Formats: sequence, structure tokens, C-alpha cells
Amino acid sequence: MWRDATLVAGRDLRVELRSRVTANQVAPFALLVLVLFAFALDPDGPVLERATPGLYWITVLFAAVLAIARSAAIDEADGVRDALRLSALHPSGVFVGKALAVAAELVALELLLGLGVVVLYGAEPAGVGLLAATCACATVAVASTGTLYGALVSGLRVRETLLPLLLLPVLAPVLIAATRAFEAALVGVVADGWPWCGLLAAFAVLYSVAGALAYGTLLEGS
Amino acid sequence: MTATSPARTHGGTTDTTPHTGPPAAPGPEHTGSPATRVLGLAALAAVALLVLYGLVVSPPDREMADAVRLMYVHVPAATLLYTGCFFTTLASAMWLWKRTPGWDALAETGAEVALVFAVVTLVTGSLWGRPTWGTYWTWDARLTSTAVLTALLVGYLALRRLDLDPDARSVRAAVLGLLLVPNVVVVNRSVEWWRSLHQGSTLVRLDPQIEGDMLVALMIGFLAGGLVFAWLMVHRFRVAWLAQQADRIDLDAALAARRAEAAAPAERPAPAGRPAGEGVSPA
Repeated sequence: MWRDATLVAGRDLRVELRSRVTANQVAPFALLVLVLFAFALDPDGPVLERATPGLYWITVLFAAVLAIARSAAIDEADGVRDALRLSALHPSGVFVGKALAVAAELVALELLLGLGVVVLYGAEPAGVGLLAATCACATVAVASTGTLYGALVSGLRVRETLLPLLLLPVLAPVLIAATRAFEAALVGVVADGWPWCGLLAAFAVLYSVAGALAYGTLLEGS
Repeated sequence: MTATSPARTHGGTTDTTPHTGPPAAPGPEHTGSPATRVLGLAALAAVALLVLYGLVVSPPDREMADAVRLMYVHVPAATLLYTGCFFTTLASAMWLWKRTPGWDALAETGAEVALVFAVVTLVTGSLWGRPTWGTYWTWDARLTSTAVLTALLVGYLALRRLDLDPDARSVRAAVLGLLLVPNVVVVNRSVEWWRSLHQGSTLVRLDPQIEGDMLVALMIGFLAGGLVFAWLMVHRFRVAWLAQQADRIDLDAALAARRAEAAAPAERPAPAGRPAGEGVSPA
């Protein structure tokens, strides 16, 4: 299964390396959202500073929806879905591979956006251990949930509009927990953030297992 | 042959068994039956009793005054909302196991009825919150998680409404439905935790020392709500069932027309019926 996962992850990342959709479109979009938030909230006032963790994670989620849609779209063209079905790759391996590829893209996006909030919003990084752990858990959570829901809507004509409707309510706990953990790391007491990080880890495990189990059914059934 | 086989067999569009005619459609041909008429009348009677008891007989609350009367609808509706979600997840799991169309119809039914009760819960809750809390909406844990749950149900039903190959839709809907209750649990837990860290314990919804006529009214509310829920579930299920039958009859008719066309070539142009569905070979 793990060999299949690395194969699929390698393929998805190679497609990204050649097409550069995430690098050339999703990443600039994410930075643009950061700028737009500064327009909406007075950038010199205290509001932006207080809202930075939440805005950061909202931006990550919006960018993640695009990255996930792109990841699902890779499998739609040229009968890739049928090829995957015929290839004797383990469905759980395909799921893990796709989730890993999305996670790798998300990590790059999160680093870029982290740089963005430091430069644009004047955030001071603190509690780096908690920040890194939160990012790691949230990335796995978003990538696995997103890959599962991406497979649910892939091939549909309305996928662009349906994916956020299905995915964002499910990711509400991720937004809550990641924001609280970041708040604890940046302005609060670091120890308060770890339980939220634990919640993220539990969420990540739950949806990774659910996705690995359900992916075969979705692949075979559509 | 298929004409006599029960329609519960796996009838997909890729079915290659020759169909000789429209299949017999067992099960109800309309959504009413003597039993459901009795159920419907009982539900109406219970609602009438609830109106009488909730609005006339039971006294106003000491703190909430007349707003407490909304609770006789609100609390049962919230309970039935979760019951409907439970039906959806259970039926989705059963469909993935058994793959019979009845479970698919039940999953859709549960979600749709749950959405009705979700709206009732949110509306009565807001109306109650205005006089009691002074605001229609507050970021209370239960309100917030009910709102997210409503979004989950809307998403599920949006997927169900898509014009897809029925089998593909059933698979996707079943996976989504299976995740519904786990999602609800995760959202509820995390929202509750979120609110409890940021403010004191949430506002008390219902006085725990409810007694006398108010308790009776609440019980009648549960009874009326339960009966309405059951009536809606039965009828919606039958509608879903008939819709599945209609889909299949349409497809079978199209298949039969194309086969007749192939068997008797060039005599006359085939009647232009519905366009043939997928899976019809040009023969």
C-alpha cells in the first residue's frame, strides 16, 4: 500500500511540477486574499492583529479547496479513473498518495502564507514548536478530508460549487482548533494550545482512516 | 424473467438482462394507505392537543413568560432532527452493505425530514432567543453546531439532487451519509469545547425543574412531533421509492423501444419517446 501511495503521490506532484497550477494560480490567490482582508479590516488598527490567526486559517482553507479541486481534476481527464481501477493499485494507497501530494502542496502554501502574515500583518512568530505541530496536524486533516470529498464530487458537472459546500462545514472543527492553537502560540499561553493540537491530530487520524476505507468504494462506484 | 422478479434486485443502468416488458412494480403505487391515514389523523389530533395544551392550558413561565411555549415545539424538533440524521447514517451503512434500493431511499428520506426539523429548530430557537436572551442569534455551542449540521444536510441533499447515473449517485450519497453522524459528533464536540473555553457555561435552555402542566405540554410536544415525523418519513420514503420505480420503468421502456426497433428494421421510424438512457447499445 505504501509503495502505491508513493507512486501516486509522485505522479500528482510531477503533474503539479509540470503544470504549476498550485504555484502559479493557487498561491497568488492565497496571497491576494491576505491583501483583501487588510482592505476589509483597518490594517493599522488592532483588529487585524487580533484576527491574524483566524484570517490565516481561513485563507489556508480557501486555498486548500482550490488545491483539492485541482487534485481531483487530475484524475478526471483521459479516463485516469478507469486506469486507476484497472491498475491493481490498492485503493487505500491511491487515497494516501493523493492526500500526501495535497499535503505537500499545503505545507508550501502555509509557509508562504506564514511569510505573508509576518510581512503584511506584522505578526511576530512565537511558540514555534506549537505552530509547527498545529500546521502538521491541520495539514494532514485538511488533506485527508479534502481528498475524500474531492473523490465524492469528482466527475460531476457541478463539482466546483459543490465541493466547498460539502467540505467547509466538515472542516469547521479544523478552523476552530487551528485558530485557537495559533492564538495560544502567538498571543496567549503556549500550554493552552496543545489540547487544540491534540484535537487536530484526532481529526486527522479519524478522516485519514475513513478516507482510506471509503476510497475503494468511491473509485469502484463511479 | 425480469418481468416477474422483484424490483428490489440490483437494477442498474448497466444491467444487460433482456427486459421483455415493464417490470412489475411491487410496493405501493401511491403514498397513502389505511395505516398512514390513521397515523396522519393521530398526528393531526396530537398537534391539536398540543396547540390546546401549549397555548391555553399550560401557564406562562416565571422567567421566560409566554416564550416558554416555543419550547414545546423546539425541544422535540431538535430531538427529531438528530433522529433523522441517525436514520440517514444507518441507512447509508446498510446500503453499502446490502445494496438494495430501499436503504438508499431511506437515507434520502432521513436527511430530508431532518432538514425540515432543523429549520423548525433554528426558527423556534431564534424566536425564543429574542425575548429571552435579547437577541435572535448568539454563538452558543448548540446553536452553532445546529447551524453547521444544517449546512451538512443541505450539502448532502445537494448531492442527492444531482442528475447522475443512479448507481453512481447512490454510492456517493451513501459515503457522504455514512459520514454524517460522525461529522455531527465531531462538530458538536469541538464547538462545545470552543465555547466553553471562551465564556462561562452556555445559557440554560430549559428549566430542569419543569413540572405540572408544562411537563405535560412538553410530553405532548414530543408525541405530536414524533407522529408528524413518522408520517413524514413514511410518505417521503414512498415518494422516493416510487421515484426509483419511475426511473426504472422509463429506462426499461426506452430499452424495449430500442430493441423493438432493432428487431423490426426499417418498417417505420421508431416513436420518438424519451431519449435512450446510457448503456443502450446501438444494436
